[in-house]
Amino acid sequence: MNRPIRVLIAKPGLDGHDRGAKVIARALRDAGMEVIYTGLRQTPEQIVAAAVQEDVDVVGMSLLSGAHNYLFPKVVELLREQGVNDVLILGGGIIPEEDIPGLKEAGIDEIFTPGTPISKMIEFIKNNLKR
Amino acid sequence: MFDKEKLSQIKEERQKWEEGLLAKTLSKAPESKKEFKSGSGFEVKRLYTPEDIEDIDYLRDIGFPGQYPFTRGYQPTMYRGRPWTMRMYAGFATAEESNERYKYLVSQGSTGLSVAFDLPTQIGYDSDHPLAQGEVGKVGVAIDSLKDMEILFDGIPLDKVSTSMTINAPAAVLLAMYIAVAEKQGVSPDKLRGTVQNDILKEYIARGTYIFPTEPSMRLITNIFEYCSKYVPNWNTISISGYHIREAGSTAAQEVGFTLADGIAYVEAAIKAGLDVDTFAPRLSFFFNSHNDLLEEVAKFRAARRLWARIMKERFKAKNEKSMMLKFHTQTAGCTLTAQQPDNNIIRVAMQALAAVLGGTQSLHTNSRDEALALPTTESVTIALRTQQILANETGVTNTIDPLAGSYYVEAKTKEIEDKAMEYITKIDELGGAARAIDLGYIQKEISDAAYKYQMEIETKERIVVGVNKYQVEEEAPKGLLKVDPAVAEMQKQKLNEVKAKRNNAAVEEKLKALKKACEGTENLMPYILDAVREYATLGEICGVMREIFGEYQQSVSI
Repeated sequence: MNRPIRVLIAKPGLDGHDRGAKVIARALRDAGMEVIYTGLRQTPEQIVAAAVQEDVDVVGMSLLSGAHNYLFPKVVELLREQGVNDVLILGGGIIPEEDIPGLKEAGIDEIFTPGTPISKMIEFIKNNLKR
Repeated sequence: MFDKEKLSQIKEERQKWEEGLLAKTLSKAPESKKEFKSGSGFEVKRLYTPEDIEDIDYLRDIGFPGQYPFTRGYQPTMYRGRPWTMRMYAGFATAEESNERYKYLVSQGSTGLSVAFDLPTQIGYDSDHPLAQGEVGKVGVAIDSLKDMEILFDGIPLDKVSTSMTINAPAAVLLAMYIAVAEKQGVSPDKLRGTVQNDILKEYIARGTYIFPTEPSMRLITNIFEYCSKYVPNWNTISISGYHIREAGSTAAQEVGFTLADGIAYVEAAIKAGLDVDTFAPRLSFFFNSHNDLLEEVAKFRAARRLWARIMKERFKAKNEKSMMLKFHTQTAGCTLTAQQPDNNIIRVAMQALAAVLGGTQSLHTNSRDEALALPTTESVTIALRTQQILANETGVTNTIDPLAGSYYVEAKTKEIEDKAMEYITKIDELGGAARAIDLGYIQKEISDAAYKYQMEIETKERIVVGVNKYQVEEEAPKGLLKVDPAVAEMQKQKLNEVKAKRNNAAVEEKLKALKKACEGTENLMPYILDAVREYATLGEICGVMREIFGEYQQSVSI
C-alpha cells in the first residue's frame, strides 16, 4: 500500500464518553495511520458522509450508552446504500458479549470490549483491511 | 509544625539513616522500581518525615472540623453525628421501573435518591425525537413531561427524602417538574432537599450533554441560583463536578484545579448577574471522583476543601462561613472498573469508598461490579450499597474525624495537590477564565494528554490492572446482565402521545409563548418554565423554545 491507512473514529448517538475514542484516535495516529475524529453526537448519516468524503479504509465507532444495537447496524446499512463495501467497520465500548454475534451479522467486522490492548487493535486493522 | 532545633535533629538523623542502614539495605536488595509514582503519576518519596510538613501551620492550614479552612471536615461532628448519605445513582427504562428501584433502595437502607436520566432527557429531546432513537431509557430514566415525574416519585414523600438529579443543560426544567410534583403532594418548595447537577462547564469539558451556548447556559444556571435562594432555600443549586473530568482521564490535581476553576466561573457569573455572594454560595455543592490511589485521594478531598475555602474568603470576600465550606458528593471511579473478572471490582469499589470516607465526603455512590459490562443488576447494586454499610458500621473509621490528618505523607500530599491545583487555576485565569479556557480547548487537551499517558502505561505494563494486563484468566461471558427492554421506547412514545392528547393545548401554547418572550429578555426564566411544566408542556417543547432563541453549543473537537 502506498498511502497510510485512513481511519474515521466516530461517536454515534448522544453519548458523551469520548475518552476511549480519543485515546484510540491518538494511538492509531502514533501507529502511523491518518485519523479523523468526528467529535460527539454524530448521526449515522453524518458518519457515513464523513467516511465517504474522507475516503477512509476503516470506520471505528465508540459507544457506551447501550444504543449500539440500533446505531452500529444503521451505519453499516447506510454505507451499503452508498455502495461502500470495502471499509473495515469496527465497534467498541460497553457492549455486552451477547450482543456481539448480532452486530457481526449486521456487518460490523469486529467489536473491541473494555480492556482490549491497543496493540491488538492495530494488528487487527493491519491484517483485515478490505482494500 | 515543629521547632527549629527538633527539625535539624530530625534532618541529621534522617541523613544518618539514609547513609547507614538504608544504604546498606539497598546495596544488598534494591527496591523493586526505580521510581515510585502515585495513581496520578506524581513522584512518591520513600519516606515522609516532619521535614516534609515543616511549612505547614496547624492553625492556619489544618484547623478544626467545621471551621475555616475546613481541611479536617465540613462539619464539627462529621460521622459521629451521622454517617454520610448513602446515595445510589439509579434510573433506567421507564419511570415505573425506576420508581420500583428507588423504593427497593430505600427499603435496603439507602438514605438519599439519585436520579439517572436517559440521554435524550439530558439533551432536551422527547422520546419521539429522531435523535432519541436507540437511546430511550438506556442510561437512565426517560422523562418527557410532568406525567413521568409524577410516576417516578409516586409513593415517595418529597418532604422526607433528599433527591439528587444528574441533569445539566435542562436542569431548570427538571427542577421545575420536581417542584410541581411536590406541589401535587402538598409539599411546599421550601421543604424540598436535594441537588441538581446544573454544571454545564464540565459538560463542555468532559461529559457531553450540553445543549445551549455558554452565555445562555450561564444565565439558566444563575437563574436557578436566584430562584432557589428565594423559594427553594434548602436545595443545592449546583453540583460542580470533578467526577467526569477525572473519568475523562485527568489527574487528581487537575480534577481539583479544573473543578474549582469552574466553580470560580459560576460564582463570577452570579455576582455579575447582581447576586450577593453570601446569598447563593452556601448552596453550592461539589462532586468528586474516588480513584484507586487511596492516600492520594484522601489528600485530594482535603486539598479541595482548603483551597475552596481560601478562594471564597480571599478572592470573593465571602463573609458567611457557609459560603466557604466545600461540601461534596463522591462516586467511586467508574473508569477503574474492569470487564475482566468483574467480581474484583467489588474490592476496588470498597477501597475507593474508604478513601471517600477518610476524605470526609457528605454522600457517596458506590459503583457496582458489573458496570464495565452493562447497567447494574439489583444484586450488584445491593453489594455496592452493603459495601458502604460495612464501612459505616463495622470498620471503625467513622469514630474519629479526619483520622489521617497529621500523617507526614497525607499532609504533604494535601499541600502538593492544593499547590498544583492552584497552578491550573492561575493558568486558567490568565487565559480569561474557565469558559474561555474551554473554548480554547486548553482544559480538554490537558485531560486527554493525561488520559493518553495513563493508557500507554497500561499498554506497557508500567501500570498494572489486575485481570487486564496481569493475572489474566480465560473467562466465560458473564450471564444475567441487566437489559433494557427495547419496547420501552414505544411505551414511552405512547405515554407522550396520551399526555399531549389530554392536556390543555391552548394553555401549553400560551405558556411556551410567554417563555419564548422571556428568553428574548433578561428576566429569570424559572417562573416561566414552571408555568409551562404545570400545563404538561414537554421537556422537548420547552428546550425546543430555548434552542430556537439561544441556539446550540458547538463543541471544539481535538484529539
